[in-house]
Amino acid sequence: MGAGHGHTLHFHGHSPVHRAPAHLKVLALLGFMLVVVATPRDWYAAFAVYLAALIVVVGVSRVPPTYLLKRTVVEVPFVLFAVLLPFVATGPQTEVLGVSVSQHGLEAGIALLVKGTLGVLASLTLAATTEPQDLLVGLERLRLPQQLVQIMAFMVRYLDVVTDEMRRMKVARESRGFSARNPRHWPVLARSAGALFIRSYERGERVHLAMLSRGYTGRMPR
Amino acid sequence: MTPVLDVHGLAYAYPDGHQALFGVDLHVHRGERVALLGPNGAGKTTLVLHLNGILAAGAGSVAVSGLPVEKANLPEIRRRVGVVFQDPDDQLFMGTVRADVAFGPSNLGVAGAELDRRVMSALEQVGMEEYVDRPPHHLSFGQRRRVAVATVLAMEPEILVLDEPSSNLDPASRRELADIVRSLDVTVLMVTHDLPYALELCPRSVVLSGGTVVADGTTYDVLTDDALMRAHRLELPFGFDPRTAMPRP
Repeated sequence: MGAGHGHTLHFHGHSPVHRAPAHLKVLALLGFMLVVVATPRDWYAAFAVYLAALIVVVGVSRVPPTYLLKRTVVEVPFVLFAVLLPFVATGPQTEVLGVSVSQHGLEAGIALLVKGTLGVLASLTLAATTEPQDLLVGLERLRLPQQLVQIMAFMVRYLDVVTDEMRRMKVARESRGFSARNPRHWPVLARSAGALFIRSYERGERVHLAMLSRGYTGRMPR
Repeated sequence: MTPVLDVHGLAYAYPDGHQALFGVDLHVHRGERVALLGPNGAGKTTLVLHLNGILAAGAGSVAVSGLPVEKANLPEIRRRVGVVFQDPDDQLFMGTVRADVAFGPSNLGVAGAELDRRVMSALEQVGMEEYVDRPPHHLSFGQRRRVAVATVLAMEPEILVLDEPSSNLDPASRRELADIVRSLDVTVLMVTHDLPYALELCPRSVVLSGGTVVADGTTYDVLTDDALMRAHRLELPFGFDPRTAMPRP
């Protein structure tokens, strides 16, 4: 039963990057992202410097680069958008590989791709080197409102439970010969998603009851 | 002597009109271990939720060691009545075992060294002290059930209410939990469908069916009353006979 070991984003280690206080890492990430986003999009040398800095941090953390690269797939929707930009944007046209595309669109697409990739890699590095629990403590130390930290703590706690439930529902569906091969099967998936939502909602109610039963009055103990 | 649990004429209907309890009377005295038996839908969970004031009585009354369950007394009632819910994932919601066990006593205003003492003592009672800094979701199901019991023991309750304590446990975990329950110096009300477990742990059983108490006596007498058992959808597992399982009390 749902006794997973560690979160899939976290890579266990004892490097200086792993040991650095979580709130400093969060601040560093935030600063890095702001600088990356604020850099004019045609300063390519600056982006090369950012990337180099990131590579040094990853090197010190001893997290295998392939480990991070595999997880950059979350970026795919943005990549698609970035690739579309040169074709949908208007303005002066330019030729790339014999195809006429928008000059502005091309530049915007490349900038989006570069900035997005840097951001995703930096966030993954933070996630790989920081236990979720420490991250929450770090955010608390940064004076993030209690309610937000609590909501995140519950998310971290129940992520495994809910994905486990989702996996069991999938196994149960497939055990009865179902597989989502074409759009005709989507309504079944939608109903499963609905059922998962209801179950999670009801679990939320039960957790709340269990909290009330131990004297919860709306404030988490410190 | 004032009973630890004194339920008198308790009736309750859910807001949708479904009536779950029709006048329940139940007394549990200090040091007793009582099994609450009954078919699905008998109102067992509804009754449990009245014991610590999650649900408010429609009619009748509930008192814990003489203190009536009503809004003004809720913090003290919830200290006195420790409910361990069926699914440990509902009960364990903090990041570490320590934080989870500390949750109840902290809500009571316990802090510092006394809080640490309570946490460790509760975990020692269930044999989980070495897992104090682990996240609950990394533990096995049986271990999580034991930690769930500790979260309530840390509040030093006067009565421990266990909802289906043996459900989903493998036989070894089930036995370990039985050993723990036996070793605790606390009054226990155990809601269960596991009749051999009730016989093993609880000298007395109360049968709830259709929202009323239909039997209250020694577990042995209840389980060997075939007519009563049949009338209320209670069945012993295949091959189990209380007459041979243990000597007549």
